[in-house]
Amino acid sequence: MNEKYETHEHDVLIIGAGGAGLRAAIEALAQGASVGVICKSLLGKAHTVMAEGGIAAAMANVDQADNWQVHFRDTMRGGKFLNNWRMAQIHAQESSERVRELEQWGALFDRTEDGRILQRAFGGHTFKRLCHVGDRTGLEMIRTLQDRGVQMGFDVYMECTVTRLLKDGDRVAGAFGYWRENGRFVLFKAKSIVVATGGIGKAWSITSNSWEYTGDGMALAYDAGADLMDMEFVQFHPTGMVWPPGVQGILVTEAVRGEGGILRNRLGERFMEKYDPKRMELSTRDVVARAIYTEVREGRGTEHGGAFLDISHKPAEYVKRKLPSMYHQFLELADVDITKEPMEVGPTCHYVMGGVRVEADTAQSSLPGLFAAGEAAAGLHGANRLGGNSLSDLLVFGRRAGLAAAQHAKTTSTPALDGREIEEAERELLTPFERKDGENPYNLHSDLQEVMQAQVGIFRTEEDLQSALTKIGQFKQPSEQFSITGSRMFNPGWHLCRDLKSMLTVSEAVTRSAIARRESRGAHSRIDYPKLDPEWGNKNNVISRRADRMELRQEPIPSIPEDLQALLAEEKGTGA
Amino acid sequence: MAEAVLRIFRGTREGGEPVEYRVPVATGMVVLDALHYVQKHQAPDLAVRWNCKAGKCGSCSAEVNGRPRLTCKTRMDTLPQDKPITIFPMKAFPVIKDLVTDVSWNYKVNKKIPPFQPRKGVEWKMYQPDIDRVQEFRKCIECFLCQNVCHVLRDHGKQEEFGGPRFFVRVAGLEMHPLDGLSRTSLLKDELGLGLCNITKCCTEVCPEGIRITDNAIIPLKERVVDEFYDPLLRLVRKIRNAGKPAPE
Repeated sequence: MNEKYETHEHDVLIIGAGGAGLRAAIEALAQGASVGVICKSLLGKAHTVMAEGGIAAAMANVDQADNWQVHFRDTMRGGKFLNNWRMAQIHAQESSERVRELEQWGALFDRTEDGRILQRAFGGHTFKRLCHVGDRTGLEMIRTLQDRGVQMGFDVYMECTVTRLLKDGDRVAGAFGYWRENGRFVLFKAKSIVVATGGIGKAWSITSNSWEYTGDGMALAYDAGADLMDMEFVQFHPTGMVWPPGVQGILVTEAVRGEGGILRNRLGERFMEKYDPKRMELSTRDVVARAIYTEVREGRGTEHGGAFLDISHKPAEYVKRKLPSMYHQFLELADVDITKEPMEVGPTCHYVMGGVRVEADTAQSSLPGLFAAGEAAAGLHGANRLGGNSLSDLLVFGRRAGLAAAQHAKTTSTPALDGREIEEAERELLTPFERKDGENPYNLHSDLQEVMQAQVGIFRTEEDLQSALTKIGQFKQPSEQFSITGSRMFNPGWHLCRDLKSMLTVSEAVTRSAIARRESRGAHSRIDYPKLDPEWGNKNNVISRRADRMELRQEPIPSIPEDLQALLAEEKGTGA
Repeated sequence: MAEAVLRIFRGTREGGEPVEYRVPVATGMVVLDALHYVQKHQAPDLAVRWNCKAGKCGSCSAEVNGRPRLTCKTRMDTLPQDKPITIFPMKAFPVIKDLVTDVSWNYKVNKKIPPFQPRKGVEWKMYQPDIDRVQEFRKCIECFLCQNVCHVLRDHGKQEEFGGPRFFVRVAGLEMHPLDGLSRTSLLKDELGLGLCNITKCCTEVCPEGIRITDNAIIPLKERVVDEFYDPLLRLVRKIRNAGKPAPE
C-alpha cells in the first residue's frame, strides 16, 4: 500500500521547529521516545528567531516583590479573564525554571550588577520581568534549544510541509507531506503528534509574520477533527514599521517602550495619556494598538500613517546596546537613526491568542494522540497576550506537550495508515499542475490579505465581518481552481496553493468567531458592541468540523478555584 | 516609477542561466522585495529562501552584483540602476534551484561540536563584562555568507577537512563561555582544520551582524591551539596540573 512513499516512523512526531516544537522534542527525547521534528524552513529560522523583547518569568532578580501569583494575575488581567486559569497558573509557576534551564544549556542572558539574569519592564507586567538578550532574545533561545536537541539526537526533516494528518479510527496515526526541495511526497507514522506550527498572520496584509505563518497546524488539526478555540482574538502589535512600503509591518520591539520609549502623534501630544494614563506606553498591546489606530484615523497620524515612537532621549550608547537590531533595522531600511530621531510606527498583525483547544496540564487536543503547544494552541492568553508571555509559553507548554506525547506513545500500539487517505492527500496536491488557465495563487493571497486587513482588523463591525465571511466563501471556490507552472522542484507558487487552503480555514474560523462575540474584549473590538459583556466573559467560542462544515458553539470557561479567585478579586470588572 | 532590470540565475544542479526580469522600483525597496515582485507577476516558481525580511533569520543570502549579501537588507537604491542587477545563488554551496542552495553540509559540521558543558559544582553567576565577547559570537544568524566567501571552502573545496568561519564562531562562543568546562582545541585542530585559515578576513567583511570573526574568534582560537599543542613549556605545566582540566581563561 505505502511502498511507493518514503516513510519515517517515530514515537513522537513534532510539526514545527520553533521554541515550542524544539522544547517538546527535547522533553520527549528525555523520556526515551524516538522523535522526529518537521519544519517548513531550515532549522533555526522559525519565527521564534525573530522574537525580540524577552521571556517573562517571575524570577524577581530586579524587582524582589515579584512572584508567580503576580505574574498569574497580570496574565489573567491582560487576557481579560478569558484565559484558561490552569494554564495561566502553570505558566506563571514554571516559567522561571524553564528560563534557568536555558541558562544551564548555554544561553547567555544580559546580567544584573550582581551576576544574575537581568529583567526589563514590559507592557502589562507589574514588575520588571522579561529576561532578555538585548533585542535578540528569540535568537538566543532558538539556538540554545536547537543545539540541545541536535545533541540529544532528534531527526530533523527540514523544508518539509505537512498537508494532512492521518488517522487510525479516532486517533492520530501519522502525517502526509512533501519535500519543498524536490516536491516528492513523504509519509510519517507516529503514535503521538505535537502541532507547534505557530500562527496565522500571513492572512493579513500588514503583518510581522513570515511566509510560514499560514495557520497550518490549526487547519490540520481542524481537518482531522480537533476543536479550535478563541479564534476571534488576533493580536495587532502596536508598533510595526510603516515606512518605506517594503518594510511595512516589520516588528518594532515593545522593548523600545520597555526601555523608556515615548509615543507621540503628529501634534507632538503624548496621546497615551488619553487612553491609559496610569500605564501610558506600557499599557497592554490591545490598548496601545487601538490608541495608535484611533490617532491616525482621527487625523493626528504621521506623514505615513503612524505614530512617532521616540527613544532618542536616552544616551546613544545605551540605545545601541539594549536595542541593537532596532538601531540597525531603522538605519539600514528606513534611513532613520533612532538615537537621534523618532521612529514611525503603526499596528501590525502579530499573534493569535486562539488555536487548537487543549487540556491545560497535558496540551492534548480533543483528538487522542494529538497535542498542541505555543501559538498554535489556545487558552493561556485569553483575549490578549502580554508581551514576553509567548516565549515563556513555548518553553512551559512545549515541555508539557513533549512529556505528555512521549507518555501517550508508551501506552499506545503502532497505528495503521489508511491508504485511501494518502491517495486523497496526493491527489489534492497534484491537481494544480493538471489545470490550465486557473487562478494565480499569489493574486488570491493578496485578495484574502486585503479582506482580512480591512474587515477583520483591529476594529470590527457585523457588516464588515459578514462581508468578509462571504468573500472567504467565494475565495474557497477559486482555491480549488489554481493552476501552476514549472515543476515540483522548489516551487513557491505551488507551495502557496496548499498554504492558502490553511489560511482560508483559519480566516473563516476567525471571522465566524468574531461575528459571534457581540462584545469588545481584549484584542477583539466591535464598534457595534463597544462594551465588555459579563455574559461573554464566561464563554469561549469553540470551532469544530462537522460533516465538512465549520460549526461554532459556545462553551463555559472552566471555573476558577477560590484561592486563585481571591488573587483576582479586586481586578475584575475593569474595562475592555 | 523607475524600473530596474534583474538578471536572476534560473536553473538547477544540472545547469542554468540568468534570466532578465523588469521590476518597478519603489522607495526603500530591497532586493528581496524585487524577487517577490518577480514571483508574483512573472515567475511563480522562482525559488528563493526567506523568512523574517528584517535581517534576523539569515535565510535570504545570495550574491548581488557579485557580492554576497542578505537580499532583505540590500537596498535597490544602493545599486547602480543603469545596468542589470545580477542575482546569483551562493557559490560555495551546490545549487538546488534558482537562488536556493544546499546548505546541509553546515548542519553536519555543527553536529561535530560538543555542546556547552558547565563545570562541576558551578555557581550560576556571570557578570556582563565576562559575557560581552561571547554575546558577540551568539549574534550569528547562520546566513552562511562567511562560509560562502571563505576561500578554503569557495575556491579550494576543503569541506571535508575544514569547518569554516561560522563554526569557529560557534566554538569560540562555547570556549569563552565563563562557565564552560570542556576543551575543544583538539577538535579545532584535527576535525575543523582551523590551521587552514590564513586570516584574510573575507568572512569578517561580509558578516551582516558585524561579528569580528577573524580578530575576536579565529585568532584567539588559533592561540589556544598553539598553546595547547605547540608550546612545550605550557604543555609540561598543564601535564603536571592534570590534563583533563580546561585551558585557563
